[in-house]
Amino acid sequence: MVPTSYHLILSGILFTIGVTGVLLRRNIIIIFMSIELMLNAVNLSFVALARHFGNMDGQIIVFFVMSVAAAEVAVGLAIILLVFRGRETVNVDELNLMRW
Amino acid sequence: MPLEALVFYLLAALTIGSALIVALSHNLVYSAFALLGTFMGVAGLYALLAADFVAVIQVMLYIGGILVLILFAVMLTHRIADVDVSNRTVGRIPAVLILGVVGTVMGVCIGTAEWVQHAEPMVEPTTFGIGEAFLGPYILPFELASVVLLVALIGAVVVSRKELRGPMADG
Repeated sequence: MVPTSYHLILSGILFTIGVTGVLLRRNIIIIFMSIELMLNAVNLSFVALARHFGNMDGQIIVFFVMSVAAAEVAVGLAIILLVFRGRETVNVDELNLMRW
Repeated sequence: MPLEALVFYLLAALTIGSALIVALSHNLVYSAFALLGTFMGVAGLYALLAADFVAVIQVMLYIGGILVLILFAVMLTHRIADVDVSNRTVGRIPAVLILGVVGTVMGVCIGTAEWVQHAEPMVEPTTFGIGEAFLGPYILPFELASVVLLVALIGAVVVSRKELRGPMADG
């Protein structure tokens, strides 16, 4: 059995890559995908710890994280498309007004 | 090297390699498709961790739903290739600093925690336990999650619908 710490380290690396994407990229869709990476990293650590402690609760939480991620994607992409329709850009540096 | 460790390293390499492409690629379409690799790798890791139901849901929800939606957004917003990588408002040094701090803190936490290793858990289907938990102690969060999804769905439709302009809109 692969030690739980390996899964947690992998989860940490994945989360850090997600933070890198949010910090380095200015395209709003890439930032969005990086947030998905971070959510996946957290889910991975939940499942690894559920396995570690032989407990089902971690896997239950994963489902709630997934449903929140689905809601976030639906609303977020609608907002992105609306902003793009109005401003013709997906660069967050140029999106500095709340309304136009 | 035992087979399980080999599979783990392969899946980890797939996951991290695709994640790096997602975060650093210059082409938006490459990023979106590399996200597929990350989701598949994580699904494989779930299967390796004996979480069969979560692995299937990962494939169905993330790859079948979220990734397709993201690809729609990529295709609907044009100017795909000319994306700047650098963030001019933060700069490289603070970014590297934040990354170093986040990574170090997580590494130290993982390294210093005293992990209690239980005996090897049995590999058995998890659907029974998940169903019991959802209809038992977790029934309220479960129902709330469905309400959240419904609200998000309606919100997405309201936000993205075509605005009526002209005499019809003033009504």
